[in-house]
Amino acid sequence: MISTYRRRKLANMLMLSLLGAAALVAVVPLIAVAAYVVLEGAGAINLDFFTQLPSPAGEAGGGMGNAVVGTLELVAIASALATPTGVMAGIYLAQQGRGTRLGPLVRLLSDVLNGVPTIVVGLFVYGLLVLTTGSFSALAGGVALGVIMLPVIARTTEEAVLQVPSSVREAALALGLPEWRATLRVVLPTARSGILTGVILGVARISGETAPLLFTAFGNSFWSLDPTKPIASLPVQIYNFATGPYESWHRQAWGAALVLMTMVLALNLAARWLSRSR
Amino acid sequence: MQMTRDLRIVSVQEWREAAEGTVSVRGLSAWYGRHRALTDVSLEVRPRSVTALIGPSGCGKSTLLRCLNRMHEVVLGATVSGQVLLEDEDVYGSGVDPVSVRRRVGMVFQQPNPFPTMSIYDNVAAGLRLAGTRNRGVLDGKVEQALRQAALWDEVKDKLRKPGTALSGGQQQRLCIARALAVDPEVLLMDEPASALDPVATARIEELMVELKRDYTVVVVTHNMQQAARVSDYTAFLLSEDGGGGALVEYGETRQVFEEPRDERTRDYVTGRL
Repeated sequence: MISTYRRRKLANMLMLSLLGAAALVAVVPLIAVAAYVVLEGAGAINLDFFTQLPSPAGEAGGGMGNAVVGTLELVAIASALATPTGVMAGIYLAQQGRGTRLGPLVRLLSDVLNGVPTIVVGLFVYGLLVLTTGSFSALAGGVALGVIMLPVIARTTEEAVLQVPSSVREAALALGLPEWRATLRVVLPTARSGILTGVILGVARISGETAPLLFTAFGNSFWSLDPTKPIASLPVQIYNFATGPYESWHRQAWGAALVLMTMVLALNLAARWLSRSR
Repeated sequence: MQMTRDLRIVSVQEWREAAEGTVSVRGLSAWYGRHRALTDVSLEVRPRSVTALIGPSGCGKSTLLRCLNRMHEVVLGATVSGQVLLEDEDVYGSGVDPVSVRRRVGMVFQQPNPFPTMSIYDNVAAGLRLAGTRNRGVLDGKVEQALRQAALWDEVKDKLRKPGTALSGGQQQRLCIARALAVDPEVLLMDEPASALDPVATARIEELMVELKRDYTVVVVTHNMQQAARVSDYTAFLLSEDGGGGALVEYGETRQVFEEPRDERTRDYVTGRL
């Protein structure tokens, strides 16, 4: 009797410590990565980093101003393409698509698209835009990132619209608002913070993507805002510099990693804050 | 009675006014998918009166109400057959836009449902803006008038810019009534408008219903039989038997339905034996 009790207690403690250890293991990598990036990268961060071009191979100094601007432009192009499309698709999935054959099909395909390896998306856009226009371009990079972002926005919008109580939508319809107007004036504003959260999560998702940019936006060692020309971006710059032979490049790569990580972290925090203040 | 009133009418204008707000339900049946919710209901709703729809849960009284402004079909898979005449126009006639029906037949729901992102003012003005009213002075006047009709003006006149959801439940419900009245409907449908409210707020809504029948035709669904007896002029009793969809058992003046019911099932229900 006593021994059974003891055995149970022992087993309980063992399992509890196992679970606790597993939980720790789950967060240790994040902390380790963050700490390492900060330690290695903080030294490279200064005003020059954001305002200067990369210095020629092997020379010290310089910055990644063009890559910071490039990443912003790529994200802006992707968001401009994916946000309206994704939001409208999400509304369709949540409202008009209910009870149709198309709705569930679109939902399934959008989940599949969400799971497609991003390098495959890059390859697709390479075939679609780069080969046909004969040039790598910021636009091609933005399209690739937009495709990756699209299902994220569509599904979070769907969730957000479904969260709007049907009584609110009914109130609008009963007042004699046509359906499109009820959606635009009443449902969407009510779901706004949820939709915004989706867009921010989408931006966070794409801003660190490297693979789809390698053969779309390609990279650029100089300032460029022209959407028809290749453009620099932080992830690709990190990839190029980290695999290069020069110590000064490695330092810059760590700095870029820190900037990128801070950006994504800030976006995630913003998304959390938005979804909580609902 | 119909005869004597018709005799008093001397002009087309007067005849029109007398007919405004008349609702005739003819052979109405309603389904949710394959489930029949309402079976062959016919009744005439008198203008400028309060008509109560009573009956046990699941008898189809809310469905009947929602058929009157074509809100029934908003639910996925919901269908209707039969006619609902608003004055002389069948709201289910071909080419009739449900949107235009809903502008003539306002609705108040069981749960107060002000638009969460809008201020008190914007809630009331929402329907007017939709109809194209942009003039600030006109909007101000109509908003005040509607809030006064809903007996809410004095409580909110100093905080019209506050969100509608910041009001108490009873105030929110009166805000919803004001929102429905602002577009000047002919008929006002109320789906258990007081069932989510405390007794004081309920009493105010009941007073309001009696006030409103001077200008509007009011149809109210209620679970509360005392409420039906207190506020309504006419009462319709619906019952769903053998799961076959709710049917109209008895319809008449409220006093008659409650005190001298013609049907035994009505008697059982109003005396609490059903």
